Amino acid sequence: MTEQTEKSAAIPAAITGTYVYDGRMARMGYAINKMFMSLKDAENRDAFKQDEAGYAAQYGLTEDQMAPIRARDLVGILKQGGNIYYVWKIASILGWNMRQVCANQASMTLEEFMQDRYPNWKAEG
Amino acid sequence: MARIIGGIGISHIPALVPVQDYGDETVGEPAPFFAGCVPVRDWLAEQKPDIAVVVYNDHGLSFFLDAMPTFAMAAAPSYECGDEGWGKRPLPPLPGAQDLSWHLIERLVGAEFDLTICQELELDHGASMPMRSLWKPDPDWNIQIVPLLVNVIQHPLPSPKRCYDLGLALGAAIESYPGDEKIVVLGTGGMSHQLQGERAGFVNPEFDAWLMDTLVNDPERLAALTIDDFIRGAGSEGAEMVMWLVMRGALGPACRELHRNYVVPISVTAAGIQLIETAA
Repeated sequence: MTEQTEKSAAIPAAITGTYVYDGRMARMGYAINKMFMSLKDAENRDAFKQDEAGYAAQYGLTEDQMAPIRARDLVGILKQGGNIYYVWKIASILGWNMRQVCANQASMTLEEFMQDRYPNWKAEG
Repeated sequence: MARIIGGIGISHIPALVPVQDYGDETVGEPAPFFAGCVPVRDWLAEQKPDIAVVVYNDHGLSFFLDAMPTFAMAAAPSYECGDEGWGKRPLPPLPGAQDLSWHLIERLVGAEFDLTICQELELDHGASMPMRSLWKPDPDWNIQIVPLLVNVIQHPLPSPKRCYDLGLALGAAIESYPGDEKIVVLGTGGMSHQLQGERAGFVNPEFDAWLMDTLVNDPERLAALTIDDFIRGAGSEGAEMVMWLVMRGALGPACRELHRNYVVPISVTAAGIQLIETAA
Protein backbone atom coordinates (compact mmCIF):
# COMPACT_ATOMS: atom_id res chain seq x y z
CA MET A 1 0.00 0.00 0.00
CA THR A 2 1.35 3.38 -0.94
CA GLU A 3 1.36 6.44 1.26
CA GLN A 4 -1.32 7.96 -0.96
CA THR A 5 -3.80 5.13 -0.57
CA GLU A 6 -3.45 5.37 3.20
CA LYS A 7 -4.61 8.98 2.98
CA SER A 8 -7.48 8.21 0.65
CA ALA A 9 -8.16 5.65 -2.03
CA ALA A 10 -9.55 8.54 -4.06
CA ILE A 11 -6.12 10.11 -4.63
CA PRO A 12 -4.47 8.71 -7.76
CA ALA A 13 -0.70 8.47 -8.00
CA ALA A 14 -0.42 9.84 -11.51
CA ILE A 15 -0.05 13.54 -12.23
CA THR A 16 1.04 13.53 -15.87
CA GLY A 17 -0.27 16.28 -18.12
CA THR A 18 -0.11 18.86 -15.32
CA TYR A 19 2.07 21.98 -15.22
CA VAL A 20 2.72 23.01 -11.64
CA TYR A 21 3.34 26.73 -11.71
CA ASP A 22 6.53 26.94 -9.66
CA GLY A 23 9.28 29.53 -9.57
CA ARG A 24 10.99 28.15 -12.66
CA MET A 25 7.79 28.51 -14.67
CA ALA A 26 7.11 31.95 -13.18
CA ARG A 27 10.52 33.28 -14.27
CA MET A 28 10.15 31.88 -17.76
CA GLY A 29 6.58 33.02 -18.27
CA TYR A 30 6.42 36.44 -16.64
CA ALA A 31 6.07 38.35 -19.92
CA ILE A 32 3.44 35.97 -21.32
CA ASN A 33 1.34 36.20 -18.20
CA LYS A 34 1.71 39.96 -18.02
CA MET A 35 0.39 40.21 -21.55
CA PHE A 36 -2.58 37.94 -20.81
CA MET A 37 -3.28 39.81 -17.57
CA SER A 38 -3.54 43.03 -19.61
CA LEU A 39 -6.50 41.55 -21.52
CA LYS A 40 -8.75 42.23 -18.53
CA ASP A 41 -9.11 45.71 -19.98
CA ALA A 42 -11.48 46.09 -22.92
CA GLU A 43 -9.25 48.48 -24.88
CA ASN A 44 -6.39 46.01 -24.63
CA ARG A 45 -8.59 43.20 -25.86
CA ASP A 46 -9.47 45.35 -28.88
CA ALA A 47 -5.81 46.14 -29.52
CA PHE A 48 -4.87 42.47 -29.26
CA LYS A 49 -7.61 41.50 -31.72
CA GLN A 50 -6.47 44.14 -34.20
CA ASP A 51 -2.77 43.29 -34.18
CA GLU A 52 -1.92 40.27 -32.11
CA ALA A 53 1.80 40.15 -32.98
CA GLY A 54 2.28 43.88 -32.49
CA TYR A 55 0.43 43.82 -29.20
CA ALA A 56 2.42 40.86 -27.85
CA ALA A 57 5.69 42.44 -28.96
CA GLN A 58 5.09 45.31 -26.53
CA TYR A 59 5.43 42.80 -23.71
CA GLY A 60 8.74 41.43 -25.00
CA LEU A 61 7.55 37.93 -25.84
CA THR A 62 10.12 35.76 -27.61
CA GLU A 63 9.41 34.00 -30.89
CA ASP A 64 9.21 30.70 -28.98
CA GLN A 65 6.49 32.27 -26.85
CA MET A 66 4.68 33.87 -29.78
CA ALA A 67 4.51 30.68 -31.87
CA PRO A 68 2.10 28.69 -29.64
CA ILE A 69 -0.12 31.76 -29.24
CA ARG A 70 -0.31 32.04 -33.03
CA ALA A 71 -1.01 28.31 -33.31
CA ARG A 72 -3.71 28.41 -30.57
CA ASP A 73 -1.68 25.69 -28.85
CA LEU A 74 -2.53 26.23 -25.20
CA VAL A 75 -0.28 23.48 -23.88
CA GLY A 76 2.51 25.08 -25.90
CA ILE A 77 1.80 28.36 -24.12
CA LEU A 78 1.94 26.61 -20.74
CA LYS A 79 5.26 25.03 -21.65
CA GLN A 80 6.61 28.53 -22.25
CA GLY A 81 5.60 29.53 -18.73
CA GLY A 82 1.97 30.52 -19.20
CA ASN A 83 -0.23 30.24 -16.10
CA ILE A 84 -3.77 29.13 -16.89
CA TYR A 85 -5.27 31.68 -14.47
CA TYR A 86 -4.02 34.38 -16.87
CA VAL A 87 -3.82 32.48 -20.16
CA TRP A 88 -7.51 31.62 -19.96
CA LYS A 89 -8.35 35.20 -20.92
CA ILE A 90 -7.50 34.14 -24.48
CA ALA A 91 -10.86 32.35 -24.39
CA SER A 92 -12.55 35.76 -24.40
CA ILE A 93 -10.59 36.76 -27.51
CA LEU A 94 -11.33 33.48 -29.30
CA GLY A 95 -14.93 33.18 -28.17
CA TRP A 96 -14.19 29.79 -26.65
CA ASN A 97 -15.85 28.34 -23.57
CA MET A 98 -13.89 26.43 -20.93
CA ARG A 99 -14.74 23.10 -22.53
CA GLN A 100 -13.05 24.25 -25.72
CA VAL A 101 -10.08 25.52 -23.71
CA CYS A 102 -9.69 22.08 -22.13
CA ALA A 103 -10.38 20.07 -25.31
CA ASN A 104 -7.65 22.06 -27.06
CA GLN A 105 -5.17 21.02 -24.39
CA ALA A 106 -6.32 17.40 -24.47
CA SER A 107 -5.85 17.40 -28.28
CA MET A 108 -9.42 16.22 -28.74
CA THR A 109 -12.49 17.47 -30.51
CA LEU A 110 -15.06 18.93 -28.16
CA GLU A 111 -17.25 15.85 -28.59
CA GLU A 112 -14.36 13.46 -27.93
CA PHE A 113 -13.31 15.46 -24.89
CA MET A 114 -16.77 15.46 -23.32
CA GLN A 115 -17.25 11.72 -23.90
CA ASP A 116 -13.80 10.94 -22.54
CA ARG A 117 -13.91 13.08 -19.40
CA TYR A 118 -17.60 12.90 -18.48
CA PRO A 119 -18.95 9.56 -19.72
CA ASN A 120 -22.40 10.24 -18.29
CA TRP A 121 -22.69 13.64 -19.96
CA LYS A 122 -25.32 14.06 -22.64
CA ALA A 123 -25.55 16.97 -25.04
CA GLU A 124 -28.67 19.05 -24.56
CA GLY A 125 -31.45 19.04 -27.10
CA MET B 1 -19.96 38.75 20.88
CA ALA B 2 -20.27 37.98 17.21
CA ARG B 3 -21.31 34.44 16.43
CA ILE B 4 -20.47 32.12 13.54
CA ILE B 5 -23.68 30.41 12.50
CA GLY B 6 -22.19 28.16 9.85
CA GLY B 7 -20.10 27.68 6.77
CA ILE B 8 -20.81 27.10 3.11
CA GLY B 9 -18.50 25.36 0.68
CA ILE B 10 -19.37 26.38 -2.86
CA SER B 11 -17.72 26.11 -6.27
CA HIS B 12 -16.99 29.27 -8.22
CA ILE B 13 -17.47 28.78 -11.94
CA PRO B 14 -17.11 31.54 -14.56
CA ALA B 15 -19.49 29.82 -17.00
CA LEU B 16 -22.32 30.44 -14.53
CA VAL B 17 -21.75 34.20 -14.44
CA PRO B 18 -23.67 34.93 -17.68
CA VAL B 19 -26.44 32.59 -16.51
CA GLN B 20 -26.76 34.66 -13.34
CA ASP B 21 -26.61 37.98 -15.17
CA TYR B 22 -28.56 37.34 -18.35
CA GLY B 23 -29.97 33.82 -18.27
CA ASP B 24 -32.42 31.59 -16.44
CA GLU B 25 -30.99 29.45 -13.67
CA THR B 26 -33.90 27.01 -13.86
CA VAL B 27 -33.21 25.71 -17.38
CA GLY B 28 -30.49 23.68 -19.04
CA GLU B 29 -27.28 22.26 -17.70
CA PRO B 30 -26.78 24.76 -14.85
CA ALA B 31 -30.25 24.13 -13.39
CA PRO B 32 -29.23 21.25 -11.07
CA PHE B 33 -26.45 23.36 -9.58
CA PHE B 34 -28.72 26.30 -8.82
CA ALA B 35 -31.47 24.00 -7.57
CA GLY B 36 -28.92 22.79 -5.05
CA CYS B 37 -28.44 26.36 -3.83
CA VAL B 38 -32.11 26.77 -2.90
CA PRO B 39 -31.98 24.98 0.48
CA VAL B 40 -28.95 27.10 1.38
CA ARG B 41 -30.77 30.29 0.37
CA ASP B 42 -33.71 29.18 2.51
CA TRP B 43 -31.38 28.60 5.48
CA LEU B 44 -29.80 32.05 4.96
CA ALA B 45 -33.25 33.67 4.74
CA GLU B 46 -34.16 32.05 8.03
CA GLN B 47 -30.86 32.68 9.83
CA LYS B 48 -30.32 36.22 8.45
CA PRO B 49 -26.55 36.51 8.86
CA ASP B 50 -25.23 40.08 8.90
CA ILE B 51 -21.81 39.44 7.41
CA ALA B 52 -20.21 36.84 5.13
CA VAL B 53 -16.48 36.20 5.30
CA VAL B 54 -15.72 35.12 1.72
CA VAL B 55 -12.63 32.98 1.29
CA TYR B 56 -11.68 32.99 -2.38
CA ASN B 57 -8.84 33.39 -4.83
CA ASP B 58 -8.30 36.08 -7.40
CA HIS B 59 -8.22 34.95 -11.07
CA GLY B 60 -6.13 37.66 -12.71
CA LEU B 61 -8.17 40.72 -11.78
CA SER B 62 -6.88 42.35 -8.62
CA PHE B 63 -3.60 40.46 -8.13
CA PHE B 64 -0.86 39.68 -10.64
CA LEU B 65 2.43 37.81 -10.37
CA ASP B 66 4.28 41.08 -9.71
CA ALA B 67 3.11 40.82 -6.09
CA MET B 68 1.17 37.73 -5.07
CA PRO B 69 0.08 37.67 -1.44
CA THR B 70 -0.18 34.24 0.13
CA PHE B 71 -3.08 35.47 2.28
CA ALA B 72 -4.80 38.84 1.97
CA MET B 73 -7.76 40.44 3.68
CA ALA B 74 -9.64 43.44 2.36
CA ALA B 75 -11.13 46.23 4.44
CA ALA B 76 -12.86 48.37 1.83
CA PRO B 77 -16.19 50.15 2.27
CA SER B 78 -17.52 48.40 -0.83
CA TYR B 79 -16.40 46.05 -3.58
CA GLU B 80 -17.08 46.43 -7.30
CA CYS B 81 -17.31 43.38 -9.54
CA GLY B 82 -14.54 44.05 -12.06
CA ASP B 83 -13.83 43.06 -15.67
CA GLU B 84 -11.90 39.78 -15.84
CA GLY B 85 -11.94 39.75 -19.62
CA TRP B 86 -15.61 39.31 -20.43
CA GLY B 87 -16.91 42.72 -19.29
CA LYS B 88 -18.18 44.01 -15.96
CA ARG B 89 -21.07 42.28 -14.27
CA PRO B 90 -24.31 44.30 -13.98
CA LEU B 91 -24.29 43.97 -10.20
CA PRO B 92 -24.27 46.68 -7.55
CA PRO B 93 -21.12 46.79 -5.42
CA LEU B 94 -21.04 44.47 -2.42
CA PRO B 95 -20.96 46.41 0.86
CA GLY B 96 -17.90 45.81 3.02
CA ALA B 97 -17.98 45.10 6.76
CA GLN B 98 -15.07 47.45 7.43
CA ASP B 99 -15.09 47.30 11.22
CA LEU B 100 -15.02 43.52 11.23
CA SER B 101 -12.31 43.49 8.53
CA TRP B 102 -10.01 45.63 10.66
CA HIS B 103 -10.78 43.62 13.77
CA LEU B 104 -9.92 40.39 11.93
CA ILE B 105 -6.75 41.90 10.47
CA GLU B 106 -5.61 42.94 13.96
CA ARG B 107 -6.40 39.56 15.47
CA LEU B 108 -5.05 37.41 12.63
CA VAL B 109 -1.77 39.30 12.34
CA GLY B 110 -1.65 39.16 16.13
CA ALA B 111 -1.99 35.38 15.78
CA GLU B 112 1.01 35.45 13.40
CA PHE B 113 -0.91 35.13 10.14
CA ASP B 114 0.85 37.93 8.26
CA LEU B 115 -1.90 39.06 5.92
CA THR B 116 -1.57 41.51 3.07
CA ILE B 117 -4.03 44.30 3.85
CA CYS B 118 -6.12 45.72 0.97
CA GLN B 119 -8.15 48.93 1.12
CA GLU B 120 -9.25 48.57 -2.47
CA LEU B 121 -10.22 45.35 -4.17
CA GLU B 122 -12.25 44.44 -7.22
CA LEU B 123 -14.06 41.12 -7.00
CA ASP B 124 -13.95 38.52 -9.75
CA HIS B 125 -16.20 35.50 -10.26
CA GLY B 126 -14.34 33.74 -7.45
CA ALA B 127 -16.32 35.85 -4.98
CA SER B 128 -19.18 37.29 -7.03
CA MET B 129 -20.49 34.02 -8.46
CA PRO B 130 -20.89 32.34 -5.04
CA MET B 131 -22.35 35.54 -3.54
CA ARG B 132 -24.86 35.91 -6.37
CA SER B 133 -25.72 32.20 -6.04
CA LEU B 134 -26.80 32.77 -2.45
CA TRP B 135 -28.00 36.39 -2.32
CA LYS B 136 -29.88 38.56 -4.78
CA PRO B 137 -29.36 42.33 -4.85
CA ASP B 138 -32.87 43.72 -4.77
CA PRO B 139 -31.42 46.35 -5.08
CA ASP B 140 -29.56 45.98 -1.76
CA TRP B 141 -27.56 42.84 -1.07
CA ASN B 142 -28.75 42.63 2.57
CA ILE B 143 -25.34 41.25 3.48
CA GLN B 144 -21.90 42.74 4.09
CA ILE B 145 -18.69 40.95 3.23
CA VAL B 146 -15.12 40.50 4.37
CA PRO B 147 -12.96 39.11 1.53
CA LEU B 148 -10.14 36.75 2.54
CA LEU B 149 -7.91 35.78 -0.37
CA VAL B 150 -5.67 32.74 -0.68
CA ASN B 151 -2.92 32.26 -3.25
CA VAL B 152 -3.69 29.16 -5.30
CA ILE B 153 -2.01 30.61 -8.42
CA GLN B 154 1.74 30.78 -7.84
CA HIS B 155 3.49 27.84 -6.18
CA PRO B 156 4.49 27.36 -3.45
CA LEU B 157 0.89 27.53 -2.21
CA PRO B 158 0.11 27.65 1.51
CA SER B 159 -0.22 24.10 2.81
CA PRO B 160 -3.63 22.59 3.62
CA LYS B 161 -2.59 22.61 7.28
CA ARG B 162 -1.71 26.30 7.13
CA CYS B 163 -5.09 27.02 5.56
CA TYR B 164 -6.92 25.00 8.21
CA ASP B 165 -4.95 26.75 10.95
CA LEU B 166 -5.86 30.10 9.40
CA GLY B 167 -9.47 29.01 9.66
CA LEU B 168 -9.04 28.13 13.33
CA ALA B 169 -7.56 31.57 13.98
CA LEU B 170 -10.30 33.19 11.89
CA GLY B 171 -12.96 31.50 13.99
CA ALA B 172 -11.38 32.71 17.23
CA ALA B 173 -10.96 36.21 15.77
CA ILE B 174 -14.61 36.42 14.69
CA GLU B 175 -15.86 35.20 18.06
CA SER B 176 -13.81 37.89 19.81
CA TYR B 177 -15.55 40.66 17.86
CA PRO B 178 -17.54 42.82 20.26
CA GLY B 179 -20.81 42.96 18.35
CA ASP B 180 -23.89 40.82 18.15
CA GLU B 181 -23.54 40.12 14.43
CA LYS B 182 -24.24 36.74 12.96
CA ILE B 183 -21.46 35.62 10.65
CA VAL B 184 -21.38 33.01 7.90
CA VAL B 185 -18.11 31.84 6.32
CA LEU B 186 -17.92 30.91 2.63
CA GLY B 187 -15.16 28.63 1.37
CA THR B 188 -15.20 28.87 -2.40
CA GLY B 189 -13.62 27.07 -5.35
CA GLY B 190 -13.34 23.49 -6.49
CA MET B 191 -14.52 20.91 -6.41
CA SER B 192 -12.36 18.63 -8.54
CA HIS B 193 -11.40 20.26 -11.82
CA GLN B 194 -8.36 20.92 -13.95
CA LEU B 195 -8.16 23.67 -16.53
CA GLN B 196 -4.58 23.15 -17.71
CA GLY B 197 -2.36 20.62 -19.44
CA GLU B 198 -3.13 17.40 -21.24
CA ARG B 199 -4.99 16.30 -18.08
CA ALA B 200 -7.44 19.23 -18.47
CA GLY B 201 -11.01 18.20 -17.75
CA PHE B 202 -10.06 15.85 -14.93
CA VAL B 203 -12.74 15.36 -12.29
CA ASN B 204 -12.86 12.89 -9.40
CA PRO B 205 -16.29 12.36 -7.81
CA GLU B 206 -14.85 9.76 -5.44
CA PHE B 207 -12.40 12.30 -4.02
CA ASP B 208 -15.05 15.00 -3.79
CA ALA B 209 -17.45 12.76 -1.87
CA TRP B 210 -14.65 11.75 0.49
CA LEU B 211 -13.70 15.41 0.97
CA MET B 212 -17.25 16.46 1.83
CA ASP B 213 -17.60 13.59 4.32
CA THR B 214 -14.22 14.20 5.89
CA LEU B 215 -14.58 17.98 5.99
CA VAL B 216 -17.48 17.73 8.41
CA ASN B 217 -16.20 15.09 10.80
CA ASP B 218 -12.43 14.81 10.46
CA PRO B 219 -11.05 18.02 8.93
CA GLU B 220 -7.62 17.45 10.44
CA ARG B 221 -7.27 14.46 8.17
CA LEU B 222 -7.66 16.80 5.19
CA ALA B 223 -5.27 19.27 6.78
CA ALA B 224 -2.66 16.49 6.84
CA LEU B 225 -2.75 16.21 3.03
CA THR B 226 -0.22 18.01 0.84
CA ILE B 227 -0.93 20.39 -2.02
CA ASP B 228 0.39 17.61 -4.27
CA ASP B 229 -2.29 15.28 -2.84
CA PHE B 230 -4.95 17.84 -3.73
CA ILE B 231 -3.58 18.26 -7.26
CA ARG B 232 -3.56 14.52 -7.83
CA GLY B 233 -6.91 13.92 -6.14
CA ALA B 234 -8.86 16.97 -7.23
CA GLY B 235 -6.91 18.33 -10.23
CA SER B 236 -4.54 21.26 -10.41
CA GLU B 237 -7.31 23.84 -9.95
CA GLY B 238 -9.14 21.53 -7.53
CA ALA B 239 -6.37 22.51 -5.11
CA GLU B 240 -8.62 25.55 -4.57
CA MET B 241 -10.43 23.41 -2.03
CA VAL B 242 -7.86 24.37 0.58
CA MET B 243 -10.20 27.37 0.88
CA TRP B 244 -12.98 25.05 2.09
CA LEU B 245 -10.51 24.05 4.81
CA VAL B 246 -10.19 27.70 5.90
CA MET B 247 -13.96 27.83 6.17
CA ARG B 248 -14.16 24.56 8.11
CA GLY B 249 -11.45 25.62 10.52
CA ALA B 250 -13.49 28.68 11.47
CA LEU B 251 -16.51 26.60 12.48
CA GLY B 252 -15.05 24.85 15.50
CA PRO B 253 -15.00 21.16 16.36
CA ALA B 254 -18.67 20.26 16.55
CA CYS B 255 -20.63 20.80 13.36
CA ARG B 256 -23.34 19.12 11.41
CA GLU B 257 -23.98 19.00 7.71
CA LEU B 258 -27.39 20.34 6.72
CA HIS B 259 -27.22 20.05 2.94
CA ARG B 260 -25.03 19.08 0.03
CA ASN B 261 -25.43 19.01 -3.73
CA TYR B 262 -23.01 17.80 -6.37
CA VAL B 263 -23.24 18.05 -10.17
CA VAL B 264 -20.72 16.87 -12.80
CA PRO B 265 -19.88 18.61 -15.00
CA ILE B 266 -20.86 22.26 -14.87
CA SER B 267 -18.63 23.67 -17.61
CA VAL B 268 -15.65 21.36 -16.89
CA THR B 269 -15.99 21.44 -13.13
CA ALA B 270 -17.40 19.13 -10.52
CA ALA B 271 -19.72 21.67 -8.93
CA GLY B 272 -20.54 21.30 -5.27
CA ILE B 273 -22.25 23.12 -2.46
CA GLN B 274 -22.23 22.07 1.17
CA LEU B 275 -23.88 23.74 4.15
CA ILE B 276 -22.38 23.08 7.55
CA GLU B 277 -23.97 24.48 10.70
CA THR B 278 -22.05 25.16 13.87
CA ALA B 279 -23.24 23.56 17.07
CA ALA B 280 -25.28 26.04 19.09
